[in-house]
Amino acid sequence: MQVSMKLEIRDTPGQLVAALMPISDVGGNIKTVIHEHDFSSDKGSLGVEVVIEIPKERLSALLNLFKERGITVIRFGEERMHYQQSVILIGHLIHTNLGDTVDRIDKTGFAEVTKMSLAMPAIQERSSAKCTIKALSREHMDKAIEILRDVSKQKEILMIEPLEF
Amino acid sequence: MVFRIALIGTGAVGRGILEAMSRKELGLVLTGVADSRSGMISPEGISPSSLLERKKKTGLCGETGISADDVVKKAPYDVLVEVSPTDASTGEPATGYIRTALSRKCHVVTSNKGPVALHYHELKQEADKAGVLFRFEATVAGAIPILHTLHESLGGNEVRALYGVLNGTCNYILTRMAEEGLSYKQALDEARALGYAEADPTYDVKGIDAAIKLVILANTVWNRRISLDDIDITGIDLLTEEAIRLAEEQDATIRLIGEIIPEKNLFRLSPRIIPRHHPLVVHGSLNAIILRTDLAGDLVFSGKGAGSLETASAVLGDILSIRDRYAGGN
Repeated sequence: MQVSMKLEIRDTPGQLVAALMPISDVGGNIKTVIHEHDFSSDKGSLGVEVVIEIPKERLSALLNLFKERGITVIRFGEERMHYQQSVILIGHLIHTNLGDTVDRIDKTGFAEVTKMSLAMPAIQERSSAKCTIKALSREHMDKAIEILRDVSKQKEILMIEPLEF
Repeated sequence: MVFRIALIGTGAVGRGILEAMSRKELGLVLTGVADSRSGMISPEGISPSSLLERKKKTGLCGETGISADDVVKKAPYDVLVEVSPTDASTGEPATGYIRTALSRKCHVVTSNKGPVALHYHELKQEADKAGVLFRFEATVAGAIPILHTLHESLGGNEVRALYGVLNGTCNYILTRMAEEGLSYKQALDEARALGYAEADPTYDVKGIDAAIKLVILANTVWNRRISLDDIDITGIDLLTEEAIRLAEEQDATIRLIGEIIPEKNLFRLSPRIIPRHHPLVVHGSLNAIILRTDLAGDLVFSGKGAGSLETASAVLGDILSIRDRYAGGN
């Protein structure tokens, strides 16, 4: 299963590695780590957001390990994708494997397609789809859009991006 | 004191200039004029209103034995006003006329995008060497005084980004698709019927015209040396009406937006999803520009991007500012 959690670690050298060690110790796979430098805390601590892939039965072992090592789990498994954008794709979307197009975003671990509206006027004609993408951060959103831009180029899809100010 | 101009081109822009000159006391004397087939040189001055009349009646502005080249080389003038149609691939014959005028130490004002997009730096250098001015306000966004604003008024600012609706034909098509539910083809046909789009609309709908304006902005405002190939261009010709409906679901629409972010080396023209009440969402054939600056904050401009008198307004602004600078004002 894929879970996201926000950890609080002490702002001293080596603490980030120490916090990530237990994850691999229990056989978890780290997909993304976002180190929040602007995490404000008087206690001299930092926030770290991680997304991990872990067998369900090992989750409690991991949480115990964190506890033992003094790492606080601030948030666990909640909605983690805060950044949302919609793009419109125009082209032969079904014939160019829409599932694969969506998958390219979903498998990044830092962004996913959460909604899709599709309009198919007639067989043979190009269809149009609005994809809503959620991502962990603005940077991740930019990366996701870039991936989609490449995929669109390969599949001769016209991608209309939002104008972001 | 008199300030003499020679006019090359009597199409829509040239006619607008002549009309404004005949309607108003601008203090300009027309000493030479040429179209693609004829020309006239008169050191005493040519009456703009009788010239318009003659052109209307005969289709010619002067005598067939006199060419534009003759006027550029021989007529006595202070400013060459070059408003012939744009050739985006060679910039000729306009670039040649401009070079000749500069070599005669005459100022040049043009509405022709070709020479500016292709040869700005050389022409500017030649003008500097000759101690004269080379101005081209009308090449970008028609009546909107965007180049003057960027070159002069915002002098102390760092302009961090420019976003613009720079092609009236595309904006007209997108407006009609959004407001009337027309298909791309229906909207294009309508634009053609109303004279907003050419018989061959490729230049507009594929984004070439708007991209050329981005080249002009990049090279003249940000001192780049880019060409059309350096702009990431996507036109509107593959848009579907369904795409516009999908954008409307989130209270947005689609517009063709030119974007320059110098810091990121980003020069891009593409259809974008944009909130329906955004200041760049102007209607019909209007143009709009937003500048993001460090001192002045955000600035928004909108107005007519084409049209006979509207483009003439930009050309006349250039001519009169040169006159005021060099002739001490009237």
